Amino acid sequence: MSATPGSSMRTPRRRVAGLGSARSGTGHFWLQRVTALANLLLILIALPIVIWAAGQEQAQTLAILGHPLVAIVLLLLIFSVCFHMRIGMQVVIEDYVPAEGMKVLALIANTFFTIAVGSAGAFAVLKISFGG
Amino acid sequence: MAGAAERPLSPHLQIYRPMLTMMMSIVHRITGVALYLGTPLLVAWLLAAASSERAFTFVNGIYGSWIGLLLLVGYSWALIHHALGGIRHFVWDTGAGFGPGPRELFAKLTIGGSIALTAVLWIVIWLVKG
Repeated sequence: MSATPGSSMRTPRRRVAGLGSARSGTGHFWLQRVTALANLLLILIALPIVIWAAGQEQAQTLAILGHPLVAIVLLLLIFSVCFHMRIGMQVVIEDYVPAEGMKVLALIANTFFTIAVGSAGAFAVLKISFGG
Repeated sequence: MAGAAERPLSPHLQIYRPMLTMMMSIVHRITGVALYLGTPLLVAWLLAAASSERAFTFVNGIYGSWIGLLLLVGYSWALIHHALGGIRHFVWDTGAGFGPGPRELFAKLTIGGSIALTAVLWIVIWLVKG
């Protein structure tokens, strides 16, 4: 292995860690795939339920969404989707925002947004299910 | 960028002749971003249902309008397209389907399948919900 210009500052330790410029390894790729599979399975269950519950009287909608099994599926879906969204948007930001400062700000905003959306969705499902 | 290593850059998009597989890759990313912005639609509905009759009626009114329905049709198409694109990636993850034949077929199945499934979905919704 010859030292190419620019990479000669890399220590052997960094090279064997293999984490590259993104400072993370295959964990990101793997999490994207695992959450993708979870999203796929959960959507197939949740979509018919949401269609069923949509457009009904509020009491009817609440009764459907409040069922423990439905609430659990919706909670899992919200968590999995928000995880998937966060790491997906992270890649988009890393690809298209070249300035380091803006990139860091965008990545923080991405984290805030996905956690806020996920928390709001989870809170709504729990409130409905607990009958509040 | 100061201090950054001088690594060779890969050619940009405009260098390449547009191809179906390339368009599907771009659309996969665009639908991903659209779904990211669309998730609050589901959360808004859940929050409205959890909040009050008034909020629930308000949100239902928006989603039931022509613009709302158009938005939901677009949202469902993006979801189905992104899901089919994801399944295509699962196949690729096994190491299969990288040849010219399969990858062209996958691209056509993704775009054709997403439009067909979206149509089927809304016909079913229309039949069930009136």
